[in-house]
Amino acid sequence: MKGKNRALSPTLPSHFGLVTRRDFLKFCAVAAASMGLPLGMGVKIAEAVAALKRPPVIWLSGQECTGCTETLLRSTHPTVEHLILDLISVDYHETLSTPSGALAEEAKQKSISDNKGKFILVTEGAIPTKDGGIYCKIGGRPAMEILRETAPSAAAVVALGSCASWGGLPATEPNPTGAKSTQEVLGDKFKVINIPGCPPNPYNFLSTVLYILTFKKLPDLDDKGRPLFAYRRLIHEGCERRPHFDAGRFALAFDDDGHRRGWCLYKLGCKGPETYNNCPAILFGGVGARSWPVGTGSPCFGCSEKGVGFTAPIPAMAKLEYSTLTGAPYKTEEGGKVRAGGSALRLTPPTSFAPIEAPAGHGASVATVGVLAGLAGAALGAGAMTAMKLGKKKSGSEEEAGKE
Amino acid sequence: MEINRRDFLKVSAGGGLMLASTLSPIPALAREPKVRLPEAVGILYDATVCVGCKACMAACKEYNHLPPEYSTPGSVWDNPLDLSAKTYNIVKLYKNGAGEVKDREINGYSYIRRFCMHCVDPACTSACPVSALTKDPKTGAVKYNKDVCIGCRYCQVACPYNIPKFQWDQAFPQIQKCELCYHRMAQGSYPACCEFCPNGGSIFGDVQHLLEEAKRRLALEPGKMAAYPLHRVDSREMRHRIVTPYQKHLFGEKDGGGSQVLILAGVPCDKLGLPILPDESTAATSETIMHSLYKGMIAPYVVLGALFYIVYKNTTKQDLP
Repeated sequence: MKGKNRALSPTLPSHFGLVTRRDFLKFCAVAAASMGLPLGMGVKIAEAVAALKRPPVIWLSGQECTGCTETLLRSTHPTVEHLILDLISVDYHETLSTPSGALAEEAKQKSISDNKGKFILVTEGAIPTKDGGIYCKIGGRPAMEILRETAPSAAAVVALGSCASWGGLPATEPNPTGAKSTQEVLGDKFKVINIPGCPPNPYNFLSTVLYILTFKKLPDLDDKGRPLFAYRRLIHEGCERRPHFDAGRFALAFDDDGHRRGWCLYKLGCKGPETYNNCPAILFGGVGARSWPVGTGSPCFGCSEKGVGFTAPIPAMAKLEYSTLTGAPYKTEEGGKVRAGGSALRLTPPTSFAPIEAPAGHGASVATVGVLAGLAGAALGAGAMTAMKLGKKKSGSEEEAGKE
Repeated sequence: MEINRRDFLKVSAGGGLMLASTLSPIPALAREPKVRLPEAVGILYDATVCVGCKACMAACKEYNHLPPEYSTPGSVWDNPLDLSAKTYNIVKLYKNGAGEVKDREINGYSYIRRFCMHCVDPACTSACPVSALTKDPKTGAVKYNKDVCIGCRYCQVACPYNIPKFQWDQAFPQIQKCELCYHRMAQGSYPACCEFCPNGGSIFGDVQHLLEEAKRRLALEPGKMAAYPLHRVDSREMRHRIVTPYQKHLFGEKDGGGSQVLILAGVPCDKLGLPILPDESTAATSETIMHSLYKGMIAPYVVLGALFYIVYKNTTKQDLP
């Protein structure tokens, strides 16, 4: 309790100089909520962050558009200056660093050697691998080389954005630079946390960083390395337009009557039914309701799903969960996706139709008939034997009566 | 005691004669087929317009307070496989081969909505021994009275469309079927399936107007743009679409004596699971036979007389007191 009081006292440690206590707790509560943790966990996160020296973050960029950095700059709880100056220590970031050139490189090397095994490595953008990775160089060295050199010293590697998570836009066919994801470049011995999205939600990233700091372990990940607290459900499951889907009300063209009325965008190519993300739940930019793509009338294009975003044509309709009549999940051409928790957790309605001929019941099987016949035979036999015995007894007693 | 050959033949011939005399004037006894009520209302279902969204199924369940029916794992989604005591209305899928083109018989597919046809001359009301199923004298909707029903399920056997369903899982079961949302019509509304159909696949209206509309559609030229009313046949809200070819058969106009639900499709109706029925209703056929047999109670008296005769011939004096 003593430690807790100290950590959360009105006079926060010196490195919290710019954040009020109120703002700080608010931020921790928001982070806890987006991780699906109980509100009281915010206090624990607050303790963890307050007790630490600002957690160092090294931010490496590859083939990217700086969109992921931009999204982080637009987080409002806390605002970006509080975030990078007070909460996390962004020791190296090519866009945000004040020093440049040799000075910046020097700061990075110092931070890496000072915080060996403690810092969090964030990668942004895909890594070109073709021709020795010469298509993206920083300080005269290929990004691929820098990443492979830095990653072994990091406490955790977080791939931020679709490009870092699975290649994203640079890896789209024909992929002239041989762009690959962080995980692919580092190989299987590193467990990379993927936060895909174009851009990803900053709170998914911040929550992941704080989770690692608070619990000293990686959050639960799905089969694609994404934290389950953010990517457990399909966008379709939490979509505010979902009732229109269920009722069969679809916008058929942009700006048609249905589109103006806010109907479902499925037929305009919305990829919500096959994309896992929490966009409809936590929204973007903190400006209130509807502040996410589908909310504004633009179909989801599946940015956080490998094989959907930047791959499937934008007007193509999403593949829905398909159940066969016997209830077995239909295998898609990718070989069938299996989610943590089993296919029964997927809450997409079946797209199957009842057949013209109703499924009829089958007659009794041969085995059933055999068992029942056996039982009936036994009963008959027992009955016959009983009757015979009864008769004998009766005749016996009659004989005795006759003798008398 | 013994019945000799001569007596047997005599009785048989006499009985046969009398039976023949009662059966021969069948045409005169035939039950007149019932005709469409002047104010009958119904539904026109156009399978070429239907997009298979199942909004009608959802609306039907909601406004008839029907429970969901699960057929997929997890018991999450209402997904009936056929009509049942929990499902009055279902959209089924016909699919042939590759199922590429809608409303084509070969290598095509088509939706078909199945629910009570509300026959002009219903077999279920004819078969019901206690008049639990009755035809509304004004709207022509076939309604059910649970307080009268004795649970004999004759209606299930009688219906050529296999519509009435029995609540096998209930302690006090009832027959369940579409009643054309008469509770909504009593409030000045119309069946929920038509109100919630987003595409004009099902429209509600007077049967006379529906027949005219159906014939208008059959006369449309495929490939041309045409207007299809939404929700009601007299609606001002129209949906414009390119006409797809129809089978030149308006199911329900004459089939089985006609029905108040009319079906248009691009695929032959028997492929869509609809029965092939003569123009005469089964109710008329069966009632003609029944009424002929019992006309003036002649045939029963003849049979009774014959039985008396046989018993009398076989009774010896010893048997009498």
